[in-house]
Amino acid sequence: MPETAQPDAAQPDAARGASALRTPAQRTGAEGTIRDDLGRGLNLRQLLVVVYLFLLVGWPLWRVVQETFFSGENYLVSALQDPAIQYALQVTLAATAWAVVLNTVFGITVGILLVRYEFPGKRALSALLDLPTSVSPIVVGLSLLLAYGPIHGVLGGPLFDLGIRLIFSFPGIVLAVTFISLPLVLRAVVPVLQEVGTEQEMAAKSLGASGFQVLRRITLPSIRWAAAYGIVLTLARAVGEFGAVVIVSGGVVGQTETATIAVQRLHQGFETGHAYAVGFLLALIAVAALVIVTILRPSEKR
Amino acid sequence: MTPTTSPSSAPDSRASAPEQATSRRGRGVGSGRRGRGLRTTLNLPASAALGVSVLWFSLLVLIPLALVFVAAGEHGLGYMWEVLTNQQTANAIRLTLTAAAAATAVNIVMGTLIAWVLVRDRFPGKRLIELLIDIPFALPSLVAGLVLLSLYGPGSPVGIDVLGTPYSVFLAVLFVTLPFVVRTVQPVLMAMDEEVEQAAESLGATRATNFRRVVLPALAPAIAAGATLSFARGVGEFGALVLLTGNRPNVSEGAPIRIQSYIEVDNTAAAASVAVFLLLVALSAILVLDLISRRVSRHA
Repeated sequence: MPETAQPDAAQPDAARGASALRTPAQRTGAEGTIRDDLGRGLNLRQLLVVVYLFLLVGWPLWRVVQETFFSGENYLVSALQDPAIQYALQVTLAATAWAVVLNTVFGITVGILLVRYEFPGKRALSALLDLPTSVSPIVVGLSLLLAYGPIHGVLGGPLFDLGIRLIFSFPGIVLAVTFISLPLVLRAVVPVLQEVGTEQEMAAKSLGASGFQVLRRITLPSIRWAAAYGIVLTLARAVGEFGAVVIVSGGVVGQTETATIAVQRLHQGFETGHAYAVGFLLALIAVAALVIVTILRPSEKR
Repeated sequence: MTPTTSPSSAPDSRASAPEQATSRRGRGVGSGRRGRGLRTTLNLPASAALGVSVLWFSLLVLIPLALVFVAAGEHGLGYMWEVLTNQQTANAIRLTLTAAAAATAVNIVMGTLIAWVLVRDRFPGKRLIELLIDIPFALPSLVAGLVLLSLYGPGSPVGIDVLGTPYSVFLAVLFVTLPFVVRTVQPVLMAMDEEVEQAAESLGATRATNFRRVVLPALAPAIAAGATLSFARGVGEFGALVLLTGNRPNVSEGAPIRIQSYIEVDNTAAAASVAVFLLLVALSAILVLDLISRRVSRHA
């Protein structure tokens, strides 16, 4: 993270290089003063971008590292020894695993259906599939509560009578994180399915491969990097979900508390160091996911 | 996460020819695409897969969301209006809309500038900037609030404390919506031909004219799309507000926080009323985005 300031230092060089590139065009009709203005302009806009991002993202992130490790003790170690925090992390990871599995199956299935088949209502379905990421998380929580809540729930009431409890228990958390990350694998897979076309699949079929064989040997391998990209996004989103989860989980410590809910509890209970430590862990997962995604992105284009 | 790719851009026509070729072989996959209306190319396994997928999607997403509308209309439109005009709720909605609009305005300027710098300029550390842009996407929004609080909260090293002020909502929204305009403008800027600008320049256009008459019109649809996403996200943002704003009623309480308080006192009808309002904003954002992307693809 200390490299945040690095582009700053390298500024003059870059600006000089860029203005040097433009000089031939400038020489045709402009005097030296304009060229100088241009050089300064370039410098200024890069500086503006770097300072803006440093103040909005870079510095705050660095503060979390400071608060976690350099404000008295190593809060990460003591946070990880707290059984309640350990449990919250386990709940988060388990729910995330469920969301990844469910959304990968759903995303690849629906992706293939949307790209390879024609059916009535396809356009509407495709548009609706973007809803989960556009809806406010708090509304997601409310909607699941209204559907599956043990008291008010339209479907949850009858299920509760059968002894099945979804909301205020682990399945509710799974529903919430699956909901908010639903289209991420789908949206990663669709462009690649369109790109690779159907030639190989057709060739395999003409050679006598069954539908299932084509799927397993041709289609799935061709989208594996795109799917991996979508899975990483799903994972990052599911690990960090708060709004939807806080409504449906009940947030009982040691039972239905997820990592993000634990951050809120610790912060409000003035265990600031531990709150920052768990926050740091979640941020670390987010940044790791981003790095993996940037590595995957080019291979997806190839 | 790439908002520019139109969600429903139909499968390319390239696919149809080979598909028709095999349908002659009797595999029953592509039976021609002439009839766009009710024609289907689904075979039995595909139909089954579609059925299960739609059922799951309905149970998980569509039915619950529909129930929010039902709950909002439970006591009639009069009640809904009463909730939305309740002083504290109205203030929360006003604050959320203002903050989202203000953050979107900043994003339009800064997002375009950042995209410009990332595409047109070369400098060391560019990859780090790219990473910083995406962090608000990946960072849990609750943690985003905590992160901002460490720098702009009580005990701030820069002497700015937004806790309990309306600016906290603006700051939270500004952080979480940072990537939208950048990421929608960037690909358009990459695809743009610099020759047009050079031609304009050689014809005597100043830099300002060039930007206003050549660059901006080409970027406008992408900027609009990014702004729509940014506004919709800003209106619905919840996690980042929880720790950062202090949630003082009428001062720094956003609409999503209001929904949560309604849920906590078990007033789901009131919660749903505010939620429907937020949903309508999100839906109209999707519609605007779809219109824009369709217009762009028609011109392309």
